[in-house]
Amino acid sequence: MAIRVSMKVNGKPVSAEVEERTLLVSLIRDTLRLTGTHVGCDTAQCGACTVHMNGRAIKSCSIVAMQAEGAEILTIEGVAKADGTLHPMQQAFKENHGLQCGFCTPGMVMNALDFARSHPNPTEQEVRESLEGNLCRCTGYHNIVKSIVAGAKAMGGKL
Amino acid sequence: MNAPLIGARVARKEDYRFLTGAGQYTDDVSLPNQAYAAFVRSPHAHARIKAIRLEKARKAPGVLGIFTGQDLANAKVGGLPCGWLITDVNGQPMKEPPHPCLAQGKVRHVGDQVAVVVAETLAQAKDAAELVEVDYEVLPAVADLASATRQAPIHDGVPNNTCYVWALGDKSACDAAFAKAAHVTKLEFVNNRLVPNAIEPRAAIGGYSRADDSYTLYVASQNPHVERLLMTAFVLGLPEHKVRVIAPDVGGGFGSKIYLYAEDVVVTWAAKQLNRPVKWTAERSESFVSDAHGRDHVTVAELAMDKDGKFLGMRVKTTANMGAYLSTFASCIPTILYATLLAGQYTTPVIYCEVTAVFTNTVPVDAYRGAGRPEATYVVERLVETAAREMKLDPAEIRRRNFIRSFPYQTPVALQYDTGNYDATLDAALKLADVAGFKKRKEESQKNGKLRGLGYAAYIEACGIAPSAVAGSLGARAGLFEAGEVRVHPTGSVTVFTGSHSHGQGHETTFAQVVADRLGLPLENVDIVHGDTSKVLFGMGTYGSRSLAVGGTAIVKALDKVIAKGKKIAAHLMEAAEADVEWDRGTYKVSGTDKKKTFGEVAFAAYVPHNYPHDKLEPGLNENAFYDPANFTFPAGTYVCEVEVDKDTGAVRIERFTAVDDFGKIINPMIVEGQVHGGLAQGIGQALTEGCRYDADGQLVTGSFMDYSIPRATDVPSFALDTRETPCTHNPLGVKGCGEAGAIGSPAALMNAITDALGVKDLPMPATAQTVWRSLQKAA
Repeated sequence: MAIRVSMKVNGKPVSAEVEERTLLVSLIRDTLRLTGTHVGCDTAQCGACTVHMNGRAIKSCSIVAMQAEGAEILTIEGVAKADGTLHPMQQAFKENHGLQCGFCTPGMVMNALDFARSHPNPTEQEVRESLEGNLCRCTGYHNIVKSIVAGAKAMGGKL
Repeated sequence: MNAPLIGARVARKEDYRFLTGAGQYTDDVSLPNQAYAAFVRSPHAHARIKAIRLEKARKAPGVLGIFTGQDLANAKVGGLPCGWLITDVNGQPMKEPPHPCLAQGKVRHVGDQVAVVVAETLAQAKDAAELVEVDYEVLPAVADLASATRQAPIHDGVPNNTCYVWALGDKSACDAAFAKAAHVTKLEFVNNRLVPNAIEPRAAIGGYSRADDSYTLYVASQNPHVERLLMTAFVLGLPEHKVRVIAPDVGGGFGSKIYLYAEDVVVTWAAKQLNRPVKWTAERSESFVSDAHGRDHVTVAELAMDKDGKFLGMRVKTTANMGAYLSTFASCIPTILYATLLAGQYTTPVIYCEVTAVFTNTVPVDAYRGAGRPEATYVVERLVETAAREMKLDPAEIRRRNFIRSFPYQTPVALQYDTGNYDATLDAALKLADVAGFKKRKEESQKNGKLRGLGYAAYIEACGIAPSAVAGSLGARAGLFEAGEVRVHPTGSVTVFTGSHSHGQGHETTFAQVVADRLGLPLENVDIVHGDTSKVLFGMGTYGSRSLAVGGTAIVKALDKVIAKGKKIAAHLMEAAEADVEWDRGTYKVSGTDKKKTFGEVAFAAYVPHNYPHDKLEPGLNENAFYDPANFTFPAGTYVCEVEVDKDTGAVRIERFTAVDDFGKIINPMIVEGQVHGGLAQGIGQALTEGCRYDADGQLVTGSFMDYSIPRATDVPSFALDTRETPCTHNPLGVKGCGEAGAIGSPAALMNAITDALGVKDLPMPATAQTVWRSLQKAA
């Protein structure tokens, strides 16, 4: 049975008919065509689907769209400024070569943004532990860790 | 003139789109009116298909079509080909059993494709696939590699499940060397089976146009032209010019996206049957049972030495798992890319290697980052380190006593190394790793009740495979050149088309640096195009760390043609003899005068040829080139790993990991470091966390990220890197390749460190906490 869900995505109100079983990530990718949020596993292990829901990083493959009814969702497409200027965390990934194939990158950035708000000056170990739910197969994490340390400093605790 | 770009740490051109969610991976592509495919896969490792009942599934909502192996056979769709013919010790060709795209009569591994259901939505396709009823007669499974040759055959016409027994080297000379040895070191080990697990799952969208009887396949592939060639010529029997293959942004490959897979063929074929685009994206659980796996060797290896630790001979016997069918390049991995590397960095005068390749009821095995070379390095460097311990020699010293120092060097296993300096990377690694301070750190660990160990690996790899003629004589059924095209636009900006494919390596930046540097242009005036057979003239793709050494060289050759043609145009414009015109990175000058023309002015004249030597030249400035390498390239280096082991838990912590590599000339050090980091993490994964396991019935028991552990951020350290440079002698850039080194050198370094800490001769990979703890308990 189709259900109507409504929420705000990247600041814009959206509404769509979905099945009860439709995952939030499917709504984002297939219905809204915001394909920056990725699916890398079926077991909530890789974190490529990470978005913000009401300001917290969550795995959008692990909740159904209905659970986001009325929520504020932020995806990777909503992170840079309206004029296209990269957010300081995105800029830090670029400057520190914190990405290679780019597939895990949106999830990494979304997770890092949430982490950096509460850790404006994180240690390398804190950053590594913050990546517990995000897998990368390209970078060996070395430069992702550097990126997040630099990005967090640039953010100064504010999104 | 713009600043030189070779050797510059330039931020990547591709990053903006990836960081803003604007990347375009295959699953992000949505074609109008597309339908969705779900595959019915075998739950059994080995079974006869007695019946497939489709009635219920056909009636399910949204179903557009269901196809089985019989449908493909009726349509004369062929099986998947193997691209490398290995000739066995008796001069006979390897056994090549059919590899149908959908099972015909039998399934041979868990995950083998039995049928495909295409429906209006993905959910409908999956629901209907659940309704397909297959009656199986379950057969005994061959799951154990070591005993596979003694079990009932999986394929008709393949006795003893043996694909081939192959050998390289002089056996009797090798036996003679062992007979006079003062000491022999022997190891028996398993090179553990790995699942590549690029974070982007494989995906494919087949499209068909009745208007011109043409096909388009979007696919997560490392080599779209090879995919097209194999699919059209060998499987579907289609003319190549009617098929366009597009590999857009690809989220990591590591070898697993080289191959032509059944799903790619099926969606392409089904698109015509249904006259709809058909899309398939693997779930991770499907990746585990359908992406080609890597490694999986059982090996006995021996090293013979004189009393001073000088190597006299090496003898290696390996059983290599092919899985249930031969994947695209499976046969050449444990032979041509393995046994030929057993000389390592050493002057070992005789080497003999025998490889038995066997079929088992497991997912096909093929190249995975390093492909044969990590396995070879593991053999050589575990032997060398163990030999040093047994002969009470310093591990660095035993290596120095055996290093090759004169180049070119002909090894006893077919390769000729053009250049290298192994002392340089070893010396630098010892220093950077502070090996001198290790003793003190070990004492400190002991005070804290911990064990500390140090391990080395001095690897060599053969990259940029290889002269086509040589590869052909060794059984390659394809050429191994690369193609490039430099298209200069009238206003002097440049689009470069390369047959290489980037799936994380940053070609759009590195290749643009090469071109912009040579033409004296700003980087933003050069764009790189790859991954589309309708745009790029031809290509062999990206694997084996070949892109810059082979693909980059093809671009340089095309650039040389552009510059040469430009010189003729410039000479005409400046009314000078061509011989008097000099090229100086972006400007043509007449020697001894102040006359000059910029590259942009010459390009403009080529496209607005009002004043132009029409009698000698065609207008336009657009050149292509094919490059077939003269030899492999031979990157090499030394890795030093230092670990601390918790005696109570068996947990291994990597305290320091030092990698000093010689990649020849480096274009972008930032990108090269990233490649090394990633390779190291995959090698560390093999040694510490990753192990693909089948049970006795051939069920994959490590089938998700819940039970197959690719490294997380806390499993790996920050790395200490450095490089030394001996330029490759046979390509104009002097480059060697860097993509696989990390994965090649690190498992041996890590296992050498752990066995040093534990004081044991050997330990199986992955050295999980449990494995290490058990070893400690056994010793106690």
